[in-house]
Amino acid sequence: MSSRRDALRKIFNSAMIAGSGGLVWGTVASSAAKSPLALRPPGALVDDKFVQACIKCGKCVVACPYDTLMLAEVTEDKCLGTPFFEPRKIPCYLCTNYPCIKACPSGALLIDNIQQESEPANIENARMGLAVVHKESCIAFSGIQCDVCYRACPLMGKAIVLVKEKNEFTGKHANLKPVVNSDYCTGCGICEKVCIVEKAAIFILPVDLVTGKTGDHYVNSWEKNDEKRIENRETLQRSTDEDVESAIEYLNSDNELFEE
Amino acid sequence: MIIIKRHRYLIARRVVQIGFLVIFAGSNYAGWSILKGNYSSGTVLDAIPLSDPYAVLQILFSGFLAGNDLLFGALIILIIYGFFFGRGFCSWICPLNIISDSAIAVSKRLKIEPSFKMSVKTRYVIMLLGLVLSALLGVSAFEIVSPVAILHRGVIFGIGFGWTIILALFLFDVALVKNGWCGHLCPLGAFYSLISSYALLNVKHDSDNCTNCNRCFGVCHEPQVLDIIGKQSGVIKSGECTNCARCIEVCDDDALKFSITNRLLKKN
Repeated sequence: MSSRRDALRKIFNSAMIAGSGGLVWGTVASSAAKSPLALRPPGALVDDKFVQACIKCGKCVVACPYDTLMLAEVTEDKCLGTPFFEPRKIPCYLCTNYPCIKACPSGALLIDNIQQESEPANIENARMGLAVVHKESCIAFSGIQCDVCYRACPLMGKAIVLVKEKNEFTGKHANLKPVVNSDYCTGCGICEKVCIVEKAAIFILPVDLVTGKTGDHYVNSWEKNDEKRIENRETLQRSTDEDVESAIEYLNSDNELFEE
Repeated sequence: MIIIKRHRYLIARRVVQIGFLVIFAGSNYAGWSILKGNYSSGTVLDAIPLSDPYAVLQILFSGFLAGNDLLFGALIILIIYGFFFGRGFCSWICPLNIISDSAIAVSKRLKIEPSFKMSVKTRYVIMLLGLVLSALLGVSAFEIVSPVAILHRGVIFGIGFGWTIILALFLFDVALVKNGWCGHLCPLGAFYSLISSYALLNVKHDSDNCTNCNRCFGVCHEPQVLDIIGKQSGVIKSGECTNCARCIEVCDDDALKFSITNRLLKKN
């Protein structure tokens, strides 16, 4: 009898130790997996999926000819062992043969992700991040001609365009302001690298962090393709007990407006 | 000469361990293509993929279908260790082995008796916990904190503040639990123990030659596997034996040697 009780107690004891260890481990691991600010190599899955898929082997780092990619170290908030890059140090130079993606054994970097429908894979479809301009520190916005980022951009005239605006200060010159187009920006970060001011006035942030979403119910009906978005829209389910009558009555009556 | 003879396998192991690190590091720093990547996943001569089967298992448990290269690489490693070298990864390849061996040497030199007792089965619980947590969190739970990976990745790609974790493990092994990480906690070692119970390469004991000098118990880091020493002849069956061969080289009585024994077909 007592030996069975002892055995049960031992099992229970071990389970509790495993439970406490598991809870601590789980908390540490799930906070270590968060890396909202990391810029990933081209063709990467969206961040949660990327961290899940990456086996942290560093073959993309080895494959990168520009030493752009690094593996995150212990105190960096980029998820330990996963590849990332810092454009101000070394940007991604958009190799047309994408060696980093080819080197990935896990499927965390996928050629599919830089491929659009039937067209062949093209590194210009990479979306590693999105360039953001800080107007107040960009000298082009204060009337000095710069356009360095515009000219360095591998998609010059598409990802960054120069918008002419009358210089109100002199009254006879133009400001040539760099404006980023998120339809084309790959997030390679060459603009951030070449920006001439002390701390880059144009810099790359993760796409999700700096983009909004219109939602499927606002549709530009004059654009043919835009109407397709309605198809994605989830239909609203109306509950039957809703008092539609009084709602219509309320909208139609103007009594309340003229109440004294 | 006798010193070299008594350490011949130890020297060979250090050469292999450091050699692999140099070859891997050479791929990152010098562009060699003998073996690219690291111990989580590597590629031999730009052709044959290799990958850590426990890491791949965690990825699968987290709910992601790992790429073919990883699955195939894990299969190759499973065959190499499961069928041939047993738990050889731990003593011949893993760089943490150097750290834990030196921790044991240091505590012996300083006459510290690591007094904290822990079951050697703990690692199996941790191994399972690693898979359960991977499934719950949707991310490889051990890989994201693994000191084994911190060390090999650190040597190959730069360690940053990872050395603090390695130093912590070293001190833990010196002062708290003898062979604490490798012999009690490491889930990767547990995984290799489980898959290598029937590997071909074994340590064979000849009890007729044995004089019960107990030297082998003195050097073995997993002494529970030496249960047959001095009692009966046969092979060390436990998958927990790392095939480090320390027992073979310290044995002066020719009672221990490597053998190729197929235990899958033959009852021993």
